[in-house]
Amino acid sequence: MLTLTLTGLKLKNPLILAAGIMGTTGGSLKRAAKGGAGAVVTKSIGIEPKSGHSNPSMVEVDCSYLNAMGLPNPSYKNFQKEIDLAREGGVPVIASIFGASADEFSEIAGSLRADAFELNVSCPHACGYGAQVGSDPALVEEITKSVKNATSAPVWVKLTPNVTDIKSIGLAAQRGGADAVVAINTVRAMAIDIESGYPILGNKFGGLSGCAIKPVAIKCVYDLYEALEIPVIGVGGISDWKDAVEFMMAGARAVQIGSAVGNNLNIFSDISSCMEAFLEEKEWALDDIYGMAHKI
Amino acid sequence: MKPVNAVITKVVEETPTIRTFFFDTSFELIPGQFVMVWIRGVDEVPMALSYENAITVQKVGPATSALFDLDECDSVGIRGPFGNGFDIKKGRMLLVSGGVGAAPLAPLAEKASAAGAKITTLLGAKTKDELLFRKRVEAVGDVRVATDDGSEGKHGYVTQLIDDAKNYDQIYCCGPEPMMKKVLDKVTPEKAQFSLHRYIKCGIGICGACCVDGLRVCKDGPVFSGDVLNRTEFGVYRRNECGEKVKI
Repeated sequence: MLTLTLTGLKLKNPLILAAGIMGTTGGSLKRAAKGGAGAVVTKSIGIEPKSGHSNPSMVEVDCSYLNAMGLPNPSYKNFQKEIDLAREGGVPVIASIFGASADEFSEIAGSLRADAFELNVSCPHACGYGAQVGSDPALVEEITKSVKNATSAPVWVKLTPNVTDIKSIGLAAQRGGADAVVAINTVRAMAIDIESGYPILGNKFGGLSGCAIKPVAIKCVYDLYEALEIPVIGVGGISDWKDAVEFMMAGARAVQIGSAVGNNLNIFSDISSCMEAFLEEKEWALDDIYGMAHKI
Repeated sequence: MKPVNAVITKVVEETPTIRTFFFDTSFELIPGQFVMVWIRGVDEVPMALSYENAITVQKVGPATSALFDLDECDSVGIRGPFGNGFDIKKGRMLLVSGGVGAAPLAPLAEKASAAGAKITTLLGAKTKDELLFRKRVEAVGDVRVATDDGSEGKHGYVTQLIDDAKNYDQIYCCGPEPMMKKVLDKVTPEKAQFSLHRYIKCGIGICGACCVDGLRVCKDGPVFSGDVLNRTEFGVYRRNECGEKVKI
């Protein structure tokens, strides 16, 4: 009932583990797959090993999460084994990758074997990477094009909401040949310890995830659905089946779940069964709710 | 949760390299749980609670050195307690401690003893001066000591003191990983619990930096049963801050 084909990948459900969540080791990705995910996305992988920002790198604020991990990763040269192990989970494994230039992106995509690539042009707190690359439509188009030339696997482009017009970045990705866009990455944010005046994160500022950003993400998905031909994958603050349904009604073909995995690793199977029950009760198919908010 | 401000009320020099920092804030604690200690402007590191209002720390790197520079009336930020803590069973308990590993085991000994368990502690350290919480564990049960240099008790590793493991209903262990691996190899895995140390970033089960073959040390642990660890990379390798495998 929930199966779908997304950029050529067959998924048993539209619920995907988001990048940066339990994604550094093959064992943890496999565990998310066993928890019912339709696909899993790895931690963002770069050219060289990177240790990331100093701690605190993630804290809970109000009902959401603030993080500045700083793209810690073992480099693509040490990562193929983790992807191969993750694939034992029986679902597609999407490699999230980042670089400072089109050449770096295509070097990584040309070297790793994965079911698809997700281009991280949206991390809000990594100097020279992420959103600093992904705020420039010309650069996003160039990077997407070069990755498409380097691999035959589907290419997803993950967008930052920290821009004036997310549609223009989405259109740039589409022009570059992207098979889908993923929206949104975290929202630039900061918290300060009032006992001392210190910014709490080691990097001082970072990105917000969790329920607080869901309405922001819904609007981005809604706008991208209108503007683009390629599928939109929704992410940002999903913590239960109702959130997932809402994203799909906004125009998401599939959704990714991140922060909420911390408290419930079986969230994917929990949401699947509740979504199925909801669709049955409403006598709707997955296709019926896809973009529903645009059609009424 | 955001870090809670904790003011240091007392600093106790336990050994030449280990200090206990008492705070004005108490935590409801299951022995074995940890807190993330934020030394502002420096780093945030995981530390076992050694009392409901204290951590016991060995000076090993930049963060712990910065902590050692703090004194009474200074403060740190604390998140937690996090993790599962030890599962306290009834009957005869054997505690095996290496070095600063006594930090979570001493409150365990006290709590289990108060609940009626019979405690035996094997306490190991490099040298006599580095034996941690000897008086605390002696107050609640039998204690046998081993030192690497033979300055006190048995000359050798604490693992060499284990000769009657099957006489105990449950074994609790904390110390350097090679030592814990030796303990695991000597006991019935299902009857033993081990408190692991890994590089922890988020502390709340999200980022996955501390994973041991898919198990999150910060959320599923830090205490794991021996039979669970037997199926993992425990004792073989760990991950550095980049996520690269590093041999233990």
